[in-house]
Amino acid sequence: MSLRNIGIVYRKELIDSLRDRRTLVSMIVVPLLVMPLLTIGLGVLSIALFGVAMREVPQVMVLGGEDSPGVMAELRKTKDFQIVPAKPDYAEEISDKTIRAAVEIPGDFEAKLAAGESSTVKIYMYEGELKSGFGADRLQKFFRELRDRSIRENLQARNLPENLAHPFDILETNVAPPEKVGGAVLGGLVPYFIILLCLTGAMYPAMDLTAGEKERGTIETLLCSPVSRTHLVIGKFLTVLTASIATAILAITSMALSFGVGKQMLFNITKRASDPALQITITGKGLVSIFFVVLPLAVFFSAALLALSLFAKSFKEAQSYISPLMIVVVLPAIASLLPGVELTPTLALIPVLNTSLVSKEIIGGTFHWNLIALIFLSSSVYAGIAIAIAVKLFQREDVLFRT
Amino acid sequence: MIEALHLVKRFHDKKRGTVCAVNDVSFCCRQGQIYGLLGANGAGKTTTLRMLATILTPSEGTAIVAGFDVVKNPQMVRTHVGFLSAATALYGRLTALEMVQYFGRLHGLDELTLRQRIDELFARLEMNGFRDRRCDKLSTGMKQKVSIARTLVHDPSVMIFDEPTMGLDVMAARTIVNFIKECRANDKTVVFSTHVMSEVEKLCDRIGIIHDGKLLAEGTLADLRSQFGIHDLEELFVKVVES
Repeated sequence: MSLRNIGIVYRKELIDSLRDRRTLVSMIVVPLLVMPLLTIGLGVLSIALFGVAMREVPQVMVLGGEDSPGVMAELRKTKDFQIVPAKPDYAEEISDKTIRAAVEIPGDFEAKLAAGESSTVKIYMYEGELKSGFGADRLQKFFRELRDRSIRENLQARNLPENLAHPFDILETNVAPPEKVGGAVLGGLVPYFIILLCLTGAMYPAMDLTAGEKERGTIETLLCSPVSRTHLVIGKFLTVLTASIATAILAITSMALSFGVGKQMLFNITKRASDPALQITITGKGLVSIFFVVLPLAVFFSAALLALSLFAKSFKEAQSYISPLMIVVVLPAIASLLPGVELTPTLALIPVLNTSLVSKEIIGGTFHWNLIALIFLSSSVYAGIAIAIAVKLFQREDVLFRT
Repeated sequence: MIEALHLVKRFHDKKRGTVCAVNDVSFCCRQGQIYGLLGANGAGKTTTLRMLATILTPSEGTAIVAGFDVVKNPQMVRTHVGFLSAATALYGRLTALEMVQYFGRLHGLDELTLRQRIDELFARLEMNGFRDRRCDKLSTGMKQKVSIARTLVHDPSVMIFDEPTMGLDVMAARTIVNFIKECRANDKTVVFSTHVMSEVEKLCDRIGIIHDGKLLAEGTLADLRSQFGIHDLEELFVKVVES
């Protein structure tokens, strides 16, 4: 193995790649833009939209209630929602988002309330629609308070203690450290993007240094040199790996900076230090650990992309091979975001999914060292196989001179 | 010297099955000679030259190039061969200087020798005016000069040219033809393929007519003319191929 020859090829390919606009965009611009957009942009946008929805006074319909003037007067008095005249097509109006919710007050509601008889108030809403949900929540709050007040009054009338209907409180307290709370809330997204960027960072140089060379006719020029094909492919592989790692490092750095800025901006908006998003803390140890876990995956991606695009005759053909690979990579990464998917020794052997899951745990502050070692090892084995395939393919004339 | 010994190259094609692109080709080109492989498109010229340059491995037979066997010692063959073809393109994003430097380094030249060699080549080929310009910004003639400098940087004793003037204008083609003559003057062994009869008449000491992968006739131009009794090379070529 001649390190000198590998070094010569690597240096040239690096210079060549750094002069390629597409490689520069995928390696530098994308990670520098995606993370701030994801954390600051998306975060601020969702909070702003949430705030707008919260501030809106929802329009609601009251169906029935003619025989309950007291309740109707109270409903009209509240500023939490605005009552609009009742119509029979209330369901349609809710679905069309003309009104947010409707409440149906049963007949003789007030009379039954006074008599201590049970009755049912029905709230109609658009499930999953944020503003309708807020409207329904406010109606529910109104009627819950009315019910509590009614219980209190009934108890007082019978000279019974108020806590008869409320014998004890239930208090939920979080004991997990803030970084774990943050990790559970949003932690899965971060490794998902790092893995994706690792792949996109390697994509263009891999295609350019193989299928691109074939298309431009430089592969034959290169094969005239006395350097062995193994050295040529390793030099090329190292260039692709550099691009992938550079993308990952830029993504991690950009993510750390964006989180800092994003948290400050979020705090300025919400003024609530207890907000789950504000609990996300990414430690230096976490960042370094993510980097080392992602490293063999970057090796695997680089070698696999190189082998795949080596097979293609042209840049376009390479793109058509690699596009489906994006889906293959995205699927396990998304699977790691599903609730309840936990890292196990079996899952630690599934490429991409294992890295995604362990990174999520690392962000959450949990370090299962035995599983981390297993993931590093299995990813390294996959990477080794992919490199061997790339080297083998580079020796094959039918691949190099595919027409 | 180049000595092709019963070279055979078979490819597997999905539609046509096994195709024999070169079938038992043998010829010899001595030092200081130019050997021309004359043949129509698809005759097997490129495949033969690629085997001599060790870019392809023969299915059967072998060749001795600059004293090394192309099958047993391809890397040593490559250190002594300069290969130029219409398909050997330049790296567009490298400058003319970087391109030649890269290949000099790949051929194992140390930095001092490389610098001296580049200075000499760039002066001889009048390339100093565009040495720092990117290859994709060069004219066809300039690109040809960079390609020539690339093939000569390691001072090979054997030169292989595969249709080197294909697609070039008169001036660029002239540069190549003069360069081939210069190689012979410098006592290099030269093999080149073409289907341009005038180039063969102008340059070759010996000619091989190749068709359907087989070498049908071989000798000096005078030998072939007397053997077939035809003076016009084009007519001679057609007669050999059709017979």
